[in-house]
Amino acid sequence: MEEIYAKFVSQKISKTRWRPVPAGSLQTADTFATGSWDNEENRVSLWSIGDFGNLDSDGGFEGDHQLLCDIKHHGDVMDLQTLSVGQQWTAAHYHTSPGSLSCRSAPCTGVVCSNPEIVTVGEDGRINLFRADHKEAVRTIDNADSSTLHAVTFLRTPEILTVNSIGQLKIWDFRQQGNEPSQILSLTGDRVPLHCVDRHPNQQHVVATGGQDGMLSIWDVRQGTMPVSLLKAHEAEMWEVHFHPSNPDHLFTCSEDGSLWHWDASTDAPEKSSLFHEGGRSSIFLFHSISNQANVHQSVISSWLSTDPAKDRIEITSLLPNRTLSVNSLDVLGPCLVCGTDAEAIYVTRQLFS
Amino acid sequence: MEELDGEPTVTLIPGVNSSKKQMCFDWGPGEMLVCETSFNKKEKSETVPGCPVIYIIRKDVDVYSQILRKLFNESHGIFVGLQRIEEELTGKSRKAQLVRVSKNYRSVIRACMEEMHQVAIAAKDPACSRQFSSQVSILSAMELIWNLCEILFIEVAPAGPLLLHLLDWVRLHVCEVDNLLADVLGSENPRKHESFWKLVTILVLQGRLDEARQMLSKEADSSPTSAGMCRILGDLMRTMPVLSIMLGDEAALLEQKELLNNWYHFLVTRLLYSHPTVKPIDLHFYAQSSLDLFLGGESSPEPLDNILMAAFEFDIHQVIKECSIALSNWWFVAHLTDLLDHCKLLQSHNLYFGSNMREFLLLEYASGLFAHHSLWQLGVDYFDYCPELGRVSLELHIERIPLSTEQKALKVLRICEQRQMTEQVRSICKILAMKAVRNNRLGSALSWSIRAKDAAFATLVSDRFLRDYCERGCFSDLDLIDNLGPAMMLSDRLTFLGKYREFHRLYGEKRFVDAASLLLSLMTSQIAPRSFWMTLLTDALPLLEQKQVIFSAEQTYELMRCLEDLTSGRPVHGEPDAQRLQDDDIETTKVEMLRLALARNLARAIIKEGSLEGS
Repeated sequence: MEEIYAKFVSQKISKTRWRPVPAGSLQTADTFATGSWDNEENRVSLWSIGDFGNLDSDGGFEGDHQLLCDIKHHGDVMDLQTLSVGQQWTAAHYHTSPGSLSCRSAPCTGVVCSNPEIVTVGEDGRINLFRADHKEAVRTIDNADSSTLHAVTFLRTPEILTVNSIGQLKIWDFRQQGNEPSQILSLTGDRVPLHCVDRHPNQQHVVATGGQDGMLSIWDVRQGTMPVSLLKAHEAEMWEVHFHPSNPDHLFTCSEDGSLWHWDASTDAPEKSSLFHEGGRSSIFLFHSISNQANVHQSVISSWLSTDPAKDRIEITSLLPNRTLSVNSLDVLGPCLVCGTDAEAIYVTRQLFS
Repeated sequence: MEELDGEPTVTLIPGVNSSKKQMCFDWGPGEMLVCETSFNKKEKSETVPGCPVIYIIRKDVDVYSQILRKLFNESHGIFVGLQRIEEELTGKSRKAQLVRVSKNYRSVIRACMEEMHQVAIAAKDPACSRQFSSQVSILSAMELIWNLCEILFIEVAPAGPLLLHLLDWVRLHVCEVDNLLADVLGSENPRKHESFWKLVTILVLQGRLDEARQMLSKEADSSPTSAGMCRILGDLMRTMPVLSIMLGDEAALLEQKELLNNWYHFLVTRLLYSHPTVKPIDLHFYAQSSLDLFLGGESSPEPLDNILMAAFEFDIHQVIKECSIALSNWWFVAHLTDLLDHCKLLQSHNLYFGSNMREFLLLEYASGLFAHHSLWQLGVDYFDYCPELGRVSLELHIERIPLSTEQKALKVLRICEQRQMTEQVRSICKILAMKAVRNNRLGSALSWSIRAKDAAFATLVSDRFLRDYCERGCFSDLDLIDNLGPAMMLSDRLTFLGKYREFHRLYGEKRFVDAASLLLSLMTSQIAPRSFWMTLLTDALPLLEQKQVIFSAEQTYELMRCLEDLTSGRPVHGEPDAQRLQDDDIETTKVEMLRLALARNLARAIIKEGSLEGS
């Protein structure tokens, strides 16, 4: 089982993100950032995990992460991304009431970067596009959504995908003028709010979303308006979903119910020794596709989109040793995983695929 | 009314001249608001305020300590774990499990102590450093008491092992010995070290005889002959009363007061050498006499001494009572009492407001957590495990948490939903929905009312949409209305909104017959509000005016009936003014046009239906 180190840090963690390592380098991740929430004074902190080379004789403390530095943050930290910027954009999100000239600031719920562009979305239903060197927003789509936009991700560079609190995915193309989305996808049935979204690293049309009922949905944005598969996952809101950036057959989700799950859809999953995972709840899960569309010939068959239930099984492992308060955020890079909880603890493991 | 156990402390409010001005105050859940009034005690009231601020006074400052937060969080995990395994705890393993839980708690206290100690050393400001150091000693005292309670109440060691546990207990809390040991052994010539004999004595006092013998053997090695050995032992007898200690001589022990440091060390050493098979019930005799002998009438017992004495007397309630008074935070007593309750040691000691002691302490602790801006989430679980008043307390507290972002609101709602607190869910969703409506976020408002299954609010939101439509002639937020799905059934008005939009869509797609029947059903099924009927009938006009006959005769009769219903129920009230007359004019014109169109359509429909096909 992966060795997972916990440390209590006296602040509820809302977001954790690994500092990206330069592409093509052999380094593993060694620094991560966290943001806190619900404190009178919130902080964004940078942490470093120990050096591989110097293993202590008792081995215990070496895995501990140490605080490097932190700064104050006004308000709860809702999202973190890494980019070099020289600007600060305040009042990017605000509410106006009809007939009044005053603005109340609205929480910004998500931010995503693709150097040098930055896209933010907020509770005011607004989408902003910033560039790292520009003072003003390059493009703003007001009233893009009548409900709250919870998360955003890039599909291709000029296209983004947002999820909102009435269960819709909307694709926006910045090349087009106008304030309408180019495509809307949603589930039939209950309009369950969607909280998180992540795009498959290699296949830009495959997207995973997590909803308020803990359901994981995999979508193919080229086909139809319905998800390819729906997987009943957590018992409460799913806060984050991440495809592993270099092994996209692995997916990670974390939730309000205090668990963090590792979904392994790689085709040699049955051979994997799941029985040796101590403390983890591991189960083979048969998933079925709800789409009955005619199969399109795909030159690259993604294991997430595959519709053959007999062949494809997903193995799910719970990574945290005991149930805790909500796991708000997770991030994976290489063999390292970090997550933060409402029990004011940060968990780090450096051997995800042992 | 119980008598006060001690004098209340006086807290000065900075900036307020309490001799001149009067203050007013109000109690909050965990704190007090105080401010200056304009009433003057002696002179007439002045209009100029002296101190323009409102003060918040908190008794419990521990909750705001960064390091203690770790204590609260980690112990929360242990607490919840204990409650959950309660059902599985049976038989022999039960005691072992409970001891393990107790050790977990203690290790958390020790970890905090360690960290605070590091911070105290590193602090630059001496006042800060002093504060941290005093905090360290409080934590150390807490661990001392907990450890003793673990030995006496949870481990329940019989005579024999009892003493071993007590020895461990003392050794754990006198740590200078190890430092001294390291010091002496590390020096060049241990025998000649100035503290050598002191060290040997302490080792004997603590019952660490092997180590004492090792130290002595170093001394013996230096003189090879056994005669020398006797000489050494003789020296020992004269210079250090080690042997008389080992014989359990109380007087000798008392002389070592300085090395013993405190009376409970004295007690344990005394028991070790004179009554090693002491039974638990006899402990308190020795404890009391040890305390008296040690203090020797010079000083009076401190609160810590009283607590330990109460523990030796197996008076759990007294222990808890004394701890509650001495400590500023409910953390310690709440967790300890809960653990002891799991050991089935607390009789139902009913307090005068009906709940038992464990529950009372947990409620106090959890309420204190709720007063904190962030630790309220921990408090929820504590309330869950208070069977009598927990749920009610949670209901009251959870509605008062300030909700600054939607994410926080979602977490609070999840807590309520998991406990089937539908009232609270409804009230919170209503607050959020109102906020959304005020900010013109109608989609958000609708999603909140769907979550709360609040039909009334959904009606309100739909009315807003319809009003917007009437004012602007088009729908806003089509993405929402077009995709309502099953949520449409939540309220009639919402269903109407959805269907009305569908009518517009059908019309746009030129599916006139379907549009027509939908329109009619909207009116006949009564889900359309009366105020909207005129709009609906006006929408019917273009359908009536089409070249082809869309409404059948039956449908036309229905429409006419609706129109008559509408116009007959509209008597003219009061005096007509110019605007009303004008409005009435427009109304009358519309009605006229409708009547005409309906009549024409009826005629065409009758003819069409009466004719044979193809003719």
